[in-house]
Amino acid sequence: MLETNLLRHRELLAQARAAGAGLVVFPELGLTGYQLQDLAAEVAMRKDDPRLLGLAADTKGLSAVVSFVEEADDHRLFISAALLEDGDVRFVHRKLFLPTYGLFDERRFFAAGDRLRTVDSRLGVKLGIAICEDFWHLSVPETLALDGAQLLINVSSSPGRDLAAIHEVGLGTAVSWRTLMRTYAQLTTSFVVFCNRVGMDETISFWGGSEVIAPSGEALFTAPLFDEGLYTVDIELGDVRRERIGLPLLRDERPELHLRELRRILAHRTGLAIDEASEANDGGEAGRPEAGQRGAKAAGEPDRRP
Amino acid sequence: MSAAPGGRQGEPNDGADRLFELPPELAIDAEIARRVIVDFVRNQLRQAGFSRGLLGLSGGIDSALVAFLAAEAIGPENLLCVLMPYRTSSPESVEHARLVVERLGCESDLVDISPMVDGYFGRDGAAGAAGEGGGEASPLRRGNLMARERMCVLYDRSVVWGGLVVGTGNKTESLIGYTTLFGDSACAFNPIGDLYKSQVRQVAAAVGVPEAIIRKAPSADLWPGQTDEAEAGFSYPELDRLLFWMIDKRRTDEELLAMGFPGPTVERVKRLVATSEFKRQVPPVAKLGPRTTGVDYLYPRRRPGSARK
Repeated sequence: MLETNLLRHRELLAQARAAGAGLVVFPELGLTGYQLQDLAAEVAMRKDDPRLLGLAADTKGLSAVVSFVEEADDHRLFISAALLEDGDVRFVHRKLFLPTYGLFDERRFFAAGDRLRTVDSRLGVKLGIAICEDFWHLSVPETLALDGAQLLINVSSSPGRDLAAIHEVGLGTAVSWRTLMRTYAQLTTSFVVFCNRVGMDETISFWGGSEVIAPSGEALFTAPLFDEGLYTVDIELGDVRRERIGLPLLRDERPELHLRELRRILAHRTGLAIDEASEANDGGEAGRPEAGQRGAKAAGEPDRRP
Repeated sequence: MSAAPGGRQGEPNDGADRLFELPPELAIDAEIARRVIVDFVRNQLRQAGFSRGLLGLSGGIDSALVAFLAAEAIGPENLLCVLMPYRTSSPESVEHARLVVERLGCESDLVDISPMVDGYFGRDGAAGAAGEGGGEASPLRRGNLMARERMCVLYDRSVVWGGLVVGTGNKTESLIGYTTLFGDSACAFNPIGDLYKSQVRQVAAAVGVPEAIIRKAPSADLWPGQTDEAEAGFSYPELDRLLFWMIDKRRTDEELLAMGFPGPTVERVKRLVATSEFKRQVPPVAKLGPRTTGVDYLYPRRRPGSARK
């Protein structure tokens, strides 16, 4: 399984190189498959695993993002995405948010990463790499952009569901993701590359529909739903500068304001607030006047998720 | 989207001539459903190491739709449809099943299950294997035995045919437990188990299942003149809508009542869903050892080495 996938990655890297690609992105857990359960430990690799290094050796003059089950020194298992460049494993991002609800059960089998960093790349810009559910949390694209990323990459294994006819593309999951990717590209004035797995595995159909979005929020490329393929897209990295000069949203961000308010909110949520008398009295969730209201809201919320 | 029940107009035709009634909130993208299901059938067989499938073709819409989709997935030459009438089955059922076989050009086989069922319950006053009194068995017992005899035939034929049994049960009947455990619900995998009856009709219309099959009243055909809707006491569109809002959309009883669903219907359907929970799960195993299947020994069915060689 792992060997077959490694071989397939090498073939695709060669094809991409022949097509003139500078950056090649593979989907979440592309090297191992997503539906693993107890198999996770059996397919795990350390980041210095000779098999991963062998794949990295194929990236002379290339950048590639590949994803695998990473086993740490202390034997925790992570869903990881590695940036391979010029023959090396340059950087590893460990998935931060592990969905464990609905059809997802990731936290049962994996540990959550706890570092969110951008990485310098041979492409001349910083990359921000995230995995699937990481992008269902606003803080992730925001932090990556503030940390200097100009190209955000999300690798996913998103299960397709919700076929309600009201959706513009017939698949609720696809509509949700498209909305998010365009919004992040626009708000961070960065390129967004979304690479999603394709194909049926057990009961799940991974829907593909990978996209490249310009810093203006415009989709430069949208892969078809359910069709596997190697797609090449030309992007003009200079568009980031043009967009950020014309629409200086990042310049105008107020991270210090955000941080101050986050500190306050965190203190409140953990019952450590001391600055306001009213807050000191309601450290518990139940006593808060808005608790009932929040419950009502939750009942009516739409159920689109990654 | 309107929340009030009743008066729904369905695609593809409105008015008196419409093929079926489709509540708008249940309408799906039939082409995507078709694509996903066809991939699913192909993949389930491939991951198990098979290229062929078989199913029980009743003449009703559920098995007709599965036959159409399976034929598309693996080619009609790889699909065996088994017709398994009982002597009291409606002749129309067999006619409609034959219509599907002709339309698809797939393999078919007819097995009369009458001797098996009569051999157990007895016939014309003669006692069967069940002993004296078997002849007075309730329609429920007879219906369950018929469903299980059909299962036996399918699994026997699957060895000869070298294929997997493809399930044909829909989401509506599964949720209310209108199935026979180890009978019609037995299968290797089920392509339409997440489609409500109304959605089965929508996809059936989209893939070209013959109109006569889509139009007729759904029936388990366990006794002459039986129809699902007369037996259950509510129509499929009504039941599908209620299940959709109750289960998929997590509406509370109060919210369902406010939407206009009748209280007694809500009560009854809730009870049907709860009392049939056991039919939708694999039998529980008492936890004794360090690793127990289904509890803390968890593998995908598809794992390295799992496919038949």
